[in-house]
Amino acid sequence: MATTQTFGGGVHPREIGNGKNATQSQQIVNAAAPARVTIAMAQHGGAPAVCCVKVGQTVNMGQVIGEAQGFISAPVHASVSGKVVAVTTCTIASGKSVPAVVIENDFEDRWDESVKLRENVDALSAQDIAHIAASCGIVGMGGAAFPTAVKLDTSKLEDKPDTLVVNGSECEPYLTSDHRIMVENAAQVVDGIMLAMKATGVSCAKVGIEDNKPDAVQAMRDAASGKQGIEVVALPARYPQGFEKTLIYSLTGRIVPNGKLPSAAKCVVINVGTCAALSAAVRKGQPLIDRVVTVTGRVANPMNLRVRIGTPLLDLIDQVGGLTDGVRKLVVGGAMMGNAVPTLNLPITKNFGGFLALGEEAISAEESACIRCGRCMRACPMKLAPAKIDLLVRHGDYDGAIAAGAMNCMECGSCTYACPAKRQLTQSCRVAKAIARSKPKKS
Amino acid sequence: MSKYVISSSPHLRDNVTTARIMQDVCIALLPAAVAGVLFFGYRSAVILALSVAAAVLSEWLYCKASHTRNTIGDFSAVVTGMLLAMNLPSTVPYWMPVIGSVIAILLCKMIFGGIGQNFINPALAARAILALSWASLMNTFAKPAFGSFVGVDAVASATPIGATVAGDYTLTQLFLGNIPGTIGETCKLALLIGAAYLFVRKVISWHIPVAFIGTFTVCYLLATGFDVNATLYQVLSGGLILGAFFMATDYSSSPATGKGKIVFGIGCGLLLFVFRFCKKTPAEWCSYAILLMNVCSPLIERVTGHKSFGEVKK
Repeated sequence: MATTQTFGGGVHPREIGNGKNATQSQQIVNAAAPARVTIAMAQHGGAPAVCCVKVGQTVNMGQVIGEAQGFISAPVHASVSGKVVAVTTCTIASGKSVPAVVIENDFEDRWDESVKLRENVDALSAQDIAHIAASCGIVGMGGAAFPTAVKLDTSKLEDKPDTLVVNGSECEPYLTSDHRIMVENAAQVVDGIMLAMKATGVSCAKVGIEDNKPDAVQAMRDAASGKQGIEVVALPARYPQGFEKTLIYSLTGRIVPNGKLPSAAKCVVINVGTCAALSAAVRKGQPLIDRVVTVTGRVANPMNLRVRIGTPLLDLIDQVGGLTDGVRKLVVGGAMMGNAVPTLNLPITKNFGGFLALGEEAISAEESACIRCGRCMRACPMKLAPAKIDLLVRHGDYDGAIAAGAMNCMECGSCTYACPAKRQLTQSCRVAKAIARSKPKKS
Repeated sequence: MSKYVISSSPHLRDNVTTARIMQDVCIALLPAAVAGVLFFGYRSAVILALSVAAAVLSEWLYCKASHTRNTIGDFSAVVTGMLLAMNLPSTVPYWMPVIGSVIAILLCKMIFGGIGQNFINPALAARAILALSWASLMNTFAKPAFGSFVGVDAVASATPIGATVAGDYTLTQLFLGNIPGTIGETCKLALLIGAAYLFVRKVISWHIPVAFIGTFTVCYLLATGFDVNATLYQVLSGGLILGAFFMATDYSSSPATGKGKIVFGIGCGLLLFVFRFCKKTPAEWCSYAILLMNVCSPLIERVTGHKSFGEVKK
């Protein structure tokens, strides 16, 4: 398969291949509806939603239960029909405790009256599409959960974007949810891409898919054939191909300047799963109340499940037959970027990309001294010197670490992966960034 | 407390470890070490063994005495021991490799903080100290006798660079190692096999060896009016091949960036050319060229800089 230019650096985690094998050729399965959902009010980038239901109230599926606050925010909808039994707090995968609404499922799946098929989609304006994305609570499904409507609204940008960069690369080892969405729902994804193109006012969309998913590339090419302006590009399978800045470079050759957003390279980046959700929102009026979650690793039957937002993680573990022996680490998200969590007692959120039960392979050896081999520098897609930043941070020289470019670190983890001395280089960059952000800005 | 491990991402690690890298260097040095034993007899094997043992033991004792974590498991002391022995003539007394290894490990590596902290190549620095302290012992080379395991006479013999007439040895002899010299430097074939292994295992990159040997070759060609034979003779004699692939590529005493490595290699090549061409003494200058560039390495790194992905010209 023809591949194009790609970014410099990156790594080939050896598990990219065999980690995905367990789930990549299996159909997405609809998870059983949970008896109870715990829906977090903060599961997107920006301000948390504010709960607008009361205990005892009956809610319909798709009904707004949390209203967006401010410009960068997203509303939250009921993922089941039933009765609100508690307005409380819950702990989400990041470890934060956030307000949440608990709904007891009546198993009637009674859609809210606001959810209805939309006719005359062609007549919608760009603003209409962005407005639908906002009211349906669509957020980036790739992990950052940035409200999609904010991205789609390009009316305030001085330099109008000209390219929609669609992320289907799924470079994380183990995760295959985007892969399956592209294979099974290519038409819906392409429809979402067309809608996003219209909303952002661009005439050209480039879909980047790593070449280790030839079936997804083919399905997307078939679905996009005859559609004006959509190009499906097979990219070399190399982590972190699917990061905004690397993907933009691989697909367009443009470099996003340090500290700038993709708009500086005249690009809008959107994930394939988000495109599918956007299509459902526009065509069917469906708010974002479910998502595909890869549940894999040391579980009995690894699979991709379509899960209602708010479903307890424990329910999913039951559906895949439980954990198997030798589980040492629970990871929410991908093996490279995900959070290690202490418990299975977590609700599914909009950005819950996957669950991995990892064994001894996820336990790192003790750190030893840096041997100055330069592997971290070669692995860094941002071309930083992670070992240097690491030493500065360990010596408490945070200003030095910032001067060495720590703020440009995307925390992809490639340096730590590549380090033969097993040093926690990425963590040092995180520390430097956190300390820099906590300091008051110099005037 | 959860029974599950909590740590920051990434949760996967490459299987490359410091110990594996150092083991790879040892494996890559083996062909040349074996060639040294075949050409110069059993003394070479004893010197290699003593040197490695003394290096590992001094590192172990240092860690004990300083109450720091024992680092001999990373195999870097083995590498230093092997490299030092390979830089010694097979005729040196047996105390020589022991003293050399102690100097290399304690004086050039551990007191600066151990692995990764040494600013010069420990084996080369120790070799230089030995050469300056016991010049005649360090310049007595045995005539090679392939396969005669015991019967090598410790006869003073000039190395090819010392030979005034280019033509004492054929290029084939120089390449195969059938010439007087230190234990590990003579057999270029074995060294290149080892170097190829290091490339395949991605332990070293092309930058330093290519820049080093390339610069030296170009300079020599220019200086001799494109005398290809004389240039090849120079490239294949002395410690250039051993130095360029195994000594100059030491991680901690060379720049980490590609650009820096090229500057470093060019510097090594230029210095060696100047030393060999202008000072026609029988000493081996390769180690001094590398040592001088070792101390320039931090400066090279600073000057060549490093541009991040999103840095745009304004």
